[in-house]
Amino acid sequence: MSTLILGIETSCDETAAAVVEADGVVQSSVVSSQADLHARYGGVVPEIASRRHLELVAPVVRAALEDAGVALDDVDRVGVTQGPGLVGALLVGLSAAKAIAWARGLPLVPVDHLRGHVATLYLAPDPLDPPFTCLLASGGHTLLLSVREREGYEVLGSTLDDAAGEAFDKGARLLGLGYPGGAEIDRLARDGDPEAYSFPVARVAGLDLSFSGLKTALLHAVRGLTETDLAARRADLAASYQRAIVRALAGRLRAAVERTGHETVAVVGGVAANSELRAALPDARFAPLELCTDNAAMIASAARFARAVEPPGYLALDAYPSAPL
Amino acid sequence: MPTVELESRSADETEAIAARLAPGLRPGDVVLVSGELGAGKTTFVRGACRALGITGRVTSPTFTIGHRYGGRVDVSHLDLYRFRGLSPAEWGDLEPYFQDAIVFVEWPEAGIHALPEPRARIRLVHLSGDVRLVSVDSDDRALLEEAGGAGPGLRHGD
Repeated sequence: MSTLILGIETSCDETAAAVVEADGVVQSSVVSSQADLHARYGGVVPEIASRRHLELVAPVVRAALEDAGVALDDVDRVGVTQGPGLVGALLVGLSAAKAIAWARGLPLVPVDHLRGHVATLYLAPDPLDPPFTCLLASGGHTLLLSVREREGYEVLGSTLDDAAGEAFDKGARLLGLGYPGGAEIDRLARDGDPEAYSFPVARVAGLDLSFSGLKTALLHAVRGLTETDLAARRADLAASYQRAIVRALAGRLRAAVERTGHETVAVVGGVAANSELRAALPDARFAPLELCTDNAAMIASAARFARAVEPPGYLALDAYPSAPL
Repeated sequence: MPTVELESRSADETEAIAARLAPGLRPGDVVLVSGELGAGKTTFVRGACRALGITGRVTSPTFTIGHRYGGRVDVSHLDLYRFRGLSPAEWGDLEPYFQDAIVFVEWPEAGIHALPEPRARIRLVHLSGDVRLVSVDSDDRALLEEAGGAGPGLRHGD
């Protein structure tokens, strides 16, 4: 049997585990919000805290092994998110990974969460070969990257204020839509006129992005409407707002391609699920829908291209909260 | 609690108000920053960070919940937007961000009973157009004087 990597991810809201082969074949990928863990293991989901990860990490790892049809004895290395993220949350996954690796005498691979998103592209059945230009856009991060090798990347630009996924989410809140906001705006925008409103996209220097002003522009547009008018114009507002975000992302991505010369373009992170962004970039490679949001298959994938730490070296590893810039 | 109210006409002015307040803060101080979407909370925190010698990106922590920046002093930047309350377990996750750092908390309302007593409370309110009312509450009159500066939009309250 091929080398098996167990991936664990607890950097933000999701508790996730996955089993991935060394050649990039995903054998299983379990994400706490998607899996019916309550029915399977009787878990409870109390809050946004490491305690929730703590309750879920063992059942999620068990479910990933079960879905892959393997036992811990079959695992050859453990990959785990070391940062960036909320330290308490990261430590749950990191401690679980250390415990599993230590108990089995396995090497452990600490993985950067953002590199994990990019490593989604290296999974089977159609792994992407560098060099390429990459947009990573999620709730917490928005980065433009030049990727020349699977082991890393160069950051070309990033958001100065809000992440693109956050802009979607807060826009949805201003429009009185539900959560997750990105999906709600995407759905409603199909019924609206994307040219009904002209929302300004801030022009910032270089390859950086800014979404804070756009959010405020939507706020002003919404405040000018009565409740009845808002109901009538909500789809137009959603479509126009989404158009502005997509234009900003696609425009910056094109500028990034000019800078890097890497014609191959890829998009990863939760915002990669947006249908208008997908339509606006027909030649780009997008992460598969189920792997756009946080998952552990991407962490296991990144672990294929990061340095493994042998026991006992990894016992001293600590989580890191912020992305180095 | 004594209050200073100022008008800000731009993001730069909001940053400048924060920059006047920041030098009076010390590690261990907590500043709560309230205001609706787009009111300029992250902009305010960025202005304070710049004045405290932090040169890197100061971005919204809504999804990541916490950032910690290193400058002349450490600054933690928290955001409770996605919280409904602050349980002891959740506070346990945030507590390390309060150690040896000046802490700014956006959307503090969910944690109001669990957070440490703040040195100052900032409220940002949209007025017309791009104009915001920036209210600074603090029991420390010297801090209020600093924040108030000699700005033309200054209004004293109590």
